Amino acid sequence: MTLGVIRTIAVSVFRESVRDKVLYNLVFFAVLLIAVSYLLSQLTAGQDIKVIKDLGLAAMSLFGLFIAVFIGIGLVSKEVEKRSIYALLAKPITRQEFIVGKYLGLVLTLFVNFAIMAVAYYGVLGAVAWIDGAWFRPHWEAHAVDPALLKAIAMIFLQLAIVVAIAVFFSTFSSPMLSAALTFGLYVVGHFNADLKRFETVIDSKPVAYVARALYYLLPNLAPLDVKSDVVHGVAVPGTYLLLNTAYSVVYIAILVAAATFVFTRRDFK
Amino acid sequence: MFAIRTESLTKDFATGFWRPKPYRALDSLNLEVATGETFGFLGPNGAGKTTTLKLLMQLIYPTSGRAEILDRPVGDVSVKRRLGYLPESPSFYDYLSAEELLDYFARLFGYDAAERRRRVSALLDQVGIAGERRLPLRKFSKGMIQRVGIAQALINDPEVVFLDEPMSGLDPLGRREVRNLILSLRDRGCTVFFSSHVLSDAEALCNRVAVLAQGRLVANGRISDLQAFDVRGWELIVSGLTPESLDRHRQRLQRATILGERRYSLELPLEPAPEILLRDLISSGAQLVSLNPIRDTLEDFFVKKVGEQVSTRVGAKTAS
Repeated sequence: MTLGVIRTIAVSVFRESVRDKVLYNLVFFAVLLIAVSYLLSQLTAGQDIKVIKDLGLAAMSLFGLFIAVFIGIGLVSKEVEKRSIYALLAKPITRQEFIVGKYLGLVLTLFVNFAIMAVAYYGVLGAVAWIDGAWFRPHWEAHAVDPALLKAIAMIFLQLAIVVAIAVFFSTFSSPMLSAALTFGLYVVGHFNADLKRFETVIDSKPVAYVARALYYLLPNLAPLDVKSDVVHGVAVPGTYLLLNTAYSVVYIAILVAAATFVFTRRDFK
Repeated sequence: MFAIRTESLTKDFATGFWRPKPYRALDSLNLEVATGETFGFLGPNGAGKTTTLKLLMQLIYPTSGRAEILDRPVGDVSVKRRLGYLPESPSFYDYLSAEELLDYFARLFGYDAAERRRRVSALLDQVGIAGERRLPLRKFSKGMIQRVGIAQALINDPEVVFLDEPMSGLDPLGRREVRNLILSLRDRGCTVFFSSHVLSDAEALCNRVAVLAQGRLVANGRISDLQAFDVRGWELIVSGLTPESLDRHRQRLQRATILGERRYSLELPLEPAPEILLRDLISSGAQLVSLNPIRDTLEDFFVKKVGEQVSTRVGAKTAS
């Protein structure tokens, strides 16, 4: 695989996303929601900063999910549907480079969006600390402009990087609607995946327990990547925990992207 | 060295949802195109032309058989560096301008910024859309998109160019420009492989043609060999011919068409020689305007061959 080709394709995905008005709307609403969380926080005496932190992280997670799914499912299928892929694949690129470039392009888009949202988020938190800080600071479990929040943001970003890989995988062989449904489905299942591991404690059937265990390993395990609550409440999240989950995410993404290229390289474009 | 070679290239598509049946879109295609040739790939709609081009671009995979471009298997990245491809009714990215699209494709070939600028400008000038270079492609007409498509196919100065219906969507002026472009590619030694169902394009441009019908190669060779250059009759145009005189000679004519007052186009069989009738007509007061031999055109050949193929298939189906 040639890095130059992958970079060129990734940058084109980023450029397309930047010119896509839907993306601006999503970022606008995310920033708006973070700002609105400040207003909501005024209704909760003493808990204001926690509400802002919670709502802000939830907004990033939700709008990031929309970006990951709605752009992700169209990354490959739109090219095939519009037949723009015909001229592209006749250029000196491989189908593997195409998939990897598309994937990295959307991850780059997501990263830039998260950077914008994180700046807005910290801006609101800084403003609250400056306005209300003297009154409420004694009640806060963690400082308003807490660098540890970046850990939660980074973990949300990793979750969404997995979601992008799922969306790209499905979009290599199914329609955008089906891809969206399956990706959303896996995102939800991914948050309750740990229950499958404990399935044998609630059911006697061994084969069912094995299937549940197999599904536990097969399906994405997104719940451990959700450290929002810990960070908001000032509970320390160890570096090794973050590192292990990052490693898990990278391996899971690599497997998904490899599966996507496997399907895509065998596909006929009729 | 052959620019393009296929051996028993076959492609089946599955049709039907519950119990898919194979539909043979291309049947054992054997083709050889020498370097520097301008090769016309002809056939009616649904003959398998686009399927062949997609196989050569590895957009689809063959059911059996093989294909090579410049003595390398299709899909080889090193070969892709040396070829250009215009898909049928191309479509590109709406959010890009023509200039950005060409720059994007040029980047994939690894050209530096100065080289990309030079190539993009030259090609936009060549295909006549330099004035619209910064306009988003979503605002382009079908003909302009076709021009962008041709430009992107030439971005790497290719040795072999595949053009799928290059004249499609173009006005007469555009068609002439594309013809001239293909001729200029030929002049600089580029191999041009283009599909078309417009025979006049092939007659004007090609060294050789192949005719495809219902997925099968029905003819392949030089146009001059494929056209029946033997004279199969005569066309005589005369003036000053009275209806009575025409009636007297009608049995010796295949067809008579009135062109104006006492002016007729007369179709004569090959034998007897046209001079005999001409002498009789002149003696009855008619004047000769022109006398031309009638030969088969490529269109006649095409219609005959494609018709034969269709009737063979229908016959085979009826028999089974």
